Amino acid sequence: MTRALFTHLAKDLRIEWRTLDAMISMIFFSGLVVVLFSIAFDPRGAFSQQIAGGVLCVATMFASVSALNQAWAREIRHQVMDAQRMVPSAGAELYLAKTIANFLFVSIVQLVLAPFFFVFYNLHIVGNAWQLALVLPLGTWALVVNGVFFAALSIGSRNREFLLSLILFPIFIPALLAMVTSVGSILTGDGDPTLWIKMLLGYDIIFTTASLLLFDVVFHAE
Amino acid sequence: MTQNAPEAGSTTHPIRPDLDRPPHARLDHTQPHNAQLNQVSKLFGSFAALRQVSLTLEPSRCYVVLGENGAGKSTLLRILAGLLRPTHGTVSVFGESQPHEARARIGYMSHAPMLYDELTAEENLRYFSSLYPGRPCLTPAEALRQVGLDPKLDRLFGQYSQGMRQRTSLARVLLSVPEILLLDEPFSNMDVESARQMVALLAGFRQSDRTIVLTTHQRELAAPIADFVITLHAGRIASITPGFAAANPDRHVAHTGSTAQ
Repeated sequence: MTRALFTHLAKDLRIEWRTLDAMISMIFFSGLVVVLFSIAFDPRGAFSQQIAGGVLCVATMFASVSALNQAWAREIRHQVMDAQRMVPSAGAELYLAKTIANFLFVSIVQLVLAPFFFVFYNLHIVGNAWQLALVLPLGTWALVVNGVFFAALSIGSRNREFLLSLILFPIFIPALLAMVTSVGSILTGDGDPTLWIKMLLGYDIIFTTASLLLFDVVFHAE
Repeated sequence: MTQNAPEAGSTTHPIRPDLDRPPHARLDHTQPHNAQLNQVSKLFGSFAALRQVSLTLEPSRCYVVLGENGAGKSTLLRILAGLLRPTHGTVSVFGESQPHEARARIGYMSHAPMLYDELTAEENLRYFSSLYPGRPCLTPAEALRQVGLDPKLDRLFGQYSQGMRQRTSLARVLLSVPEILLLDEPFSNMDVESARQMVALLAGFRQSDRTIVLTTHQRELAAPIADFVITLHAGRIASITPGFAAANPDRHVAHTGSTAQ
């Protein structure tokens, strides 16, 4: 399992390192969302603290979708996926590697975005800052694990970019709610986000397991 | 070709043993075989890409599949590769009723290169060779040398010429030392000299118990290695002729055993 997983992952990281296709589009798009929201709402005062969590999550979500839409683009372009379907290693490894790669891309974008985010919204963390290091990766994983799966599911569709958003967003809502509420609690210090973090963890475990089990069916579908 | 097409529903081709043919040119269903299609049909919606095709593929044989665009050549290869499932009929590859279970022993080359533009040829091949755990594979350098490419060429695959892309694609197929090679128009975009080199390379594979099935529109290029020429028309096998007689229409009917005129 691990050898093929690392082979797929190394390939995805090498390609992204050379092209920076996903990273550039995500950074540009998420940066735009953060700046536009900071103009639309007065960043001074307590209100910005309350909405900042939501803005960060939504910016991440929209930016990720732009990358997830392209998650399988290279495999489709020259029918590389057919060659991958012909190899004896499990499709789940390809899926997991693609998910890890996209998770890393989105996480890097979040790290790049974070300083600008705090400046534009004049934020200071009142709650436990270390909890952000749990919430953001868990929320990002929830988005990416579903996004990569549904992007593969919609490969055969003519309107796959539209279809991905249509399927992904409703399924992501519980995780988005947990993510926004947790980040809000951590930033404002109101309430304990522990329960939401546990919910995010449970969500991730369930959807990762289901996707891994089902991916071979999607992968080998005609 | 159309006048030689058999009646509807009679596309099974148990070629009658023909004593005036050399032994290598006989298609005998009792011989050990690598793959077998039995009354296979493939529908895409209401369109029948293949209709009741029956075929036995023996080791050490090269089958050249001819037919106009849309005749079902690529569909036939994709079914043998396990990438498509037949709508009707059965496929058996190395005794497995699900061809994809034997996929490690099958090499499939499509119209598209099936490689990443953003990697070099060597990186592409190293990537694919790592995905065959426990199977002795050629090294990327060996595979590239076999198709006449320089393994040290440090250029991204996307910057290759069409001919080089075809060769690299063939190198990917050869990498896992497959026992069945399914090649979909391998000579397209290749100059004549390169295509002849590829034919010579394939001739060597045919002699090592491997089965080669290739589709082409350039029958004259594939003629030297063709043990059998299969002609598809509208999803049906219109004829199967021994390779050496492919260009001889007078022998055609006798060798296929078809009475259709």
